[in-house]
Amino acid sequence: MSLAIPRFWREIQSRYNLIGTKCGNCGKVDFPPRAVCPVCGRKSIGKMQRFQLGGKGSVVTYTVIHDAPAQFEMQKPYVMAIIEMDEGVRLTSQLIDVKPEDVRIGMKVQASFRKLGQDGDAGVIHYGYKFRPAG
Amino acid sequence: MRDVAVIGVGETEFGELWDRSFRDLGIEAGLKAIQDAKLRSEDIDAVYIGNMSAGKFIDQEHVSALVADYSGLADMHLPTVRVEGGGACGAIALLQARLAIASGMHDIVVVGGAEKMTDVGEVQAAEILSSTADQEWESVFGATFAGLYAMMARRHMHEFGTTREQMAAVAVKNHKNGALNPEAQFQKEITIDAVLQAPWVAEPLGLFDCAPLSDGAAAVVLCEAQRARKFSDTPIRIAGSGQASDFLALHDRRDLTTLDATVIAGKRAFHEAKIMPKDIQVAEVHDNFTISEILAIEDLRFIEKGKGGPATAEGLTALNGKISVNTSGGLKARGQPVGATGVAQAVEIVRQLRGEAGKRQVVGARHGLTHTLGGTGATAVVHLFERGD
Repeated sequence: MSLAIPRFWREIQSRYNLIGTKCGNCGKVDFPPRAVCPVCGRKSIGKMQRFQLGGKGSVVTYTVIHDAPAQFEMQKPYVMAIIEMDEGVRLTSQLIDVKPEDVRIGMKVQASFRKLGQDGDAGVIHYGYKFRPAG
Repeated sequence: MRDVAVIGVGETEFGELWDRSFRDLGIEAGLKAIQDAKLRSEDIDAVYIGNMSAGKFIDQEHVSALVADYSGLADMHLPTVRVEGGGACGAIALLQARLAIASGMHDIVVVGGAEKMTDVGEVQAAEILSSTADQEWESVFGATFAGLYAMMARRHMHEFGTTREQMAAVAVKNHKNGALNPEAQFQKEITIDAVLQAPWVAEPLGLFDCAPLSDGAAAVVLCEAQRARKFSDTPIRIAGSGQASDFLALHDRRDLTTLDATVIAGKRAFHEAKIMPKDIQVAEVHDNFTISEILAIEDLRFIEKGKGGPATAEGLTALNGKISVNTSGGLKARGQPVGATGVAQAVEIVRQLRGEAGKRQVVGARHGLTHTLGGTGATAVVHLFERGD
């Protein structure tokens, strides 16, 4: 999949710095940012505040990808996980610096700034978060 | 609302059909359904088409008008509607067509579903399938469609002790049923060992845990129920329909081992039909991966939550078991031309309820169910069918 430059650029704040939102009404944290809180609905409009995640969390579930998209062909097999951040919100990320057979549900992980991919041989490089074992 | 019945069904063979184009397939299924209903073209009021992604697979949008045109209906200037909704698009098209008749706007509507997936390579096809997940927050980071379902499978194994052997039992059962279906893509039985030894796609799912890429189309003709007997001796009534949505990205869902959209779509359909899951004898559920069928039979309340794996291994969902699930072979063995799925499921249930399912006939089938997913479960549709007599 090739990404238009503005399409990646628009989300850089969240992909580089884990910027989400916190609902000014109920306090729920969302990532990526939402304009409307899924819990409070209308009451949250205009009250969604910028919120940076701390970058620490734990593995809820994971998989080892063997059939990869063209963009990730050189990385396979690689580990993908759903991570529950300490703030309660969940996200999907690659797990790195760990052998697939050593990954466990419940494992503590932390965010790391990495190269996600690139647009062909001459296009822009995409950076963002991956997660690695904490500590 | 007016009652609506199915008066005609048709489908193409499913498979890697190199010599058949999208239009060839759509037309064959549509004409078979029209012939089955003994309709004249002037009886038709509208055409609804379920199609996931012709724009990406064959570089052709506006397929609703195309199919009507090449079915010889251009001069009738019928309203044609193409419905999108990931893998659930065919089931949504069926629901929308039902509403169009129930409302009194139309009396007879042809509903088709079609996908031509093998004009692109396998890697590209897998990427197109994953576009029904969250591209910006799942796919961009390397999550594949199979990978997302694999993460549901891993969590189900963790919470309920489900095993790879139990998931493999889904594939073995559906291949066994597919072997009895002359239109199925795979008409060959497989063993548990073959499933377990297949190469990994996304752990814990191997190649035989995944439904194939397929070309194919299916169609049904819907009719206002009071007129239905003019066309069919065994009209099959749509007794209830339910549709539900959920968070697009898997990671945002309330629970990774329950598809809430399935639960709610099922409740809505059963509520309308005033029947219970125990009243269903035959069901076609969305087994795009083996874990998906386990989730579906639990979330539709056929089997207790967490017991879907053992129930399958024990044969409760086998042909003429406690409930016969995916008698057509399911997406796994019949094949998975995405847009056709929801309609093909309806074709199978109608055949079962008419008593025309041949070697795979479920004895005494009176009520049947179809369950269709879009994406990783951000959309689910359930239809309930019953014999009219």
